[in-house]
Amino acid sequence: MSLALDLALCGLILCVALGAVVGRGVFRSVIFFITYGLLLAIGWARLGAKDVALAEAAIGAGLTGVLLLTAHGRLRRMSVERAPRVGPNPMAATTGIAVALALGWAWFALPAPTAPDLAAALPLTGMGNPVTGVLLHFRAWDTLLESIVLLAALLGVWMLARDVDWHAPLGLRYHARPGGVLASFGRLLPPIGLSFGSYLVWAGADGTGGAFQGGTVLAAVVLVAMMAGVLPPPRVAQGGLRAALVVGPGVFLLSGLLAVALGMGFLTLPPAVAKPATLIIEVALTVSIAVTLAVLVIGPPDDKEPVR
Amino acid sequence: MSLTVFAMTGASLVGLGIYGLLALPQLLRRIISFNLIGSGLFLFLGAAGARGEAVDAVPQALIITGIVVALAASALAVGLVVALARRSGLVVLPDEANPR
Repeated sequence: MSLALDLALCGLILCVALGAVVGRGVFRSVIFFITYGLLLAIGWARLGAKDVALAEAAIGAGLTGVLLLTAHGRLRRMSVERAPRVGPNPMAATTGIAVALALGWAWFALPAPTAPDLAAALPLTGMGNPVTGVLLHFRAWDTLLESIVLLAALLGVWMLARDVDWHAPLGLRYHARPGGVLASFGRLLPPIGLSFGSYLVWAGADGTGGAFQGGTVLAAVVLVAMMAGVLPPPRVAQGGLRAALVVGPGVFLLSGLLAVALGMGFLTLPPAVAKPATLIIEVALTVSIAVTLAVLVIGPPDDKEPVR
Repeated sequence: MSLTVFAMTGASLVGLGIYGLLALPQLLRRIISFNLIGSGLFLFLGAAGARGEAVDAVPQALIITGIVVALAASALAVGLVVALARRSGLVVLPDEANPR
């Protein structure tokens, strides 16, 4: 029974992915991609990876969807030249099939991995959720560098702003019709999203959730509020915005350096203070992730292109 | 058995994404294809990590990291595409416009 469910789910995932690649029209492709992200999140839940399912639904389908839809709308308004129609490409098809077959072969040829036993080490971290323990303790380097990668991407996006726009508010100007759907949801959703996002961060210590999932929900709240005109978009030079962007990596880095000063390894947290220290790092990371993701999605400051 | 189904789905998604990345000229669709490759690989890795006795948390943490980095890369790519369109009116790479 469960195999039939998985087969049907994987069939659906492949169909919508195929629709996103070969379907006609960019808009259709984007919509298929959002559906794909949601179906994939169900797939992750079937694999027992609930934290990944949350991240995929919130980031893969949600934020990436907003990003692509906004970009599609902007490209259409710029009335750019349409992309030339292309027929099937045998070379590309051969390459794609070859890589897929090689991966399939690897699955059967490689030995089954043996998972490291986290159960013995997990109490040292003070975390009940092994994924959070891995993210903030055993692979803290990855997470620290990831938060810095987000900043680097944001710098790249901001560098695309034109000089005349630099001091303008971030993103496009949105005008929500008073009493319209966007304006109403802009007031209805933020309190719900704020509670849910904060809960995800708090619950991530012992159950499903975490700084990245919670931060993404909070980023979505910020986006909805900005699009509905409830929250004015920040400016690049604003001190508060810059502080929010760096507080997460900053606190994380400082805690790592503090450990070095106390004679332990870089990014090592002693078990006695592991839980409170992790919570402080997580909260700081959540603030930075939420703000960075939101301003990444709204894009560089752009004053000349009003949106209705 | 279910794990094999998910792994094969992941492998097919990677193949599909590579096809899109090579064959589709419209740049937004290339970004979508790039995301398909990424999430296909994540699915493959996640299925592999669930093969042992217990579900392994390390690949899951890596995948969450990967999903966030993929969004950051997509945002940068979308920014570049919009900047290109604003400057030159193209939604494809300049040397792929109007092939003859």
